[in-house]
Amino acid sequence: MPSEGYEEYLEGIYEIFGRDFVDAGIVSSQIKNGLKSRGITESIIRRVAVITFEAEVNIISYARQGTISYYVLPDSIIIEAIDVGPGINDIELALQEGYSTADETIREMGFGAGMGLSNIKKSSDAFEMSSVPGEGTRVKSTIWLKGKQQGEDVT
Amino acid sequence: MTLAEIRDVLDAEVIVGEEKLDLEIRTAFGADLMSDVLAFTRAGCLLITGLSNPQSVRAAYALDIAAIVVCRGKPLSDKFIDIARELGIPVLWTRFIMFETCGRLFGAGIVGCIREVHLEEKQSAK
Repeated sequence: MPSEGYEEYLEGIYEIFGRDFVDAGIVSSQIKNGLKSRGITESIIRRVAVITFEAEVNIISYARQGTISYYVLPDSIIIEAIDVGPGINDIELALQEGYSTADETIREMGFGAGMGLSNIKKSSDAFEMSSVPGEGTRVKSTIWLKGKQQGEDVT
Repeated sequence: MTLAEIRDVLDAEVIVGEEKLDLEIRTAFGADLMSDVLAFTRAGCLLITGLSNPQSVRAAYALDIAAIVVCRGKPLSDKFIDIARELGIPVLWTRFIMFETCGRLFGAGIVGCIREVHLEEKQSAK
């Protein structure tokens, strides 16, 4: 899926493979380090780190493979997670806190509590999600760099 | 409370972070579920967990967690320790169970990084 007009702001794109639990969090750490070196404020970096960590765990847990890309625009950071996998039939249900289709392996790793997508949504100023069952899922998060958005808990 | 005082209260071993024992910590969060750690911790808090896989250290790093206490005497892999060292996150290791660990720290003045959770309210607020 092509991104819409912000390609020139691409800072990094990372490939992630399904079931690669041991490496969960590596991409998140790398993106965090990338943003630190650009002087982005800590509270914003933390939100990006939560979003990318959750997105990473989602791809590892449910998809065959996927990518996480991040873009630093003059006024915002955009994170895109695109995967090839089973997709999601009912996005509204998947966004409900506590709803999860995680199997035993995922739970043993400490994940699968049904908090991931809602956590991504809460950490974002703007959130878009689309999915084609049998093909894959795309999640796009935007975080504004200036001014705190209403309703956002960034402490 | 400093990390050194936390070590003493928990009769803990300092696995990583000997050089950071004067780090000041005021809040904590305890869970074995990383999903909850990601959802509910706040920057600068102490993470008390029995989950000793590498992902917990990376989650701690992502979340600006000040230090990790591994409770219940859970064995630590070399990988866990290496990653903690690499990411600069102090790790204490105690034989106390999570309840005892939390109780001792609370008694010593550490409070929860948040007090309670209202999932429904948060959701409808969106």
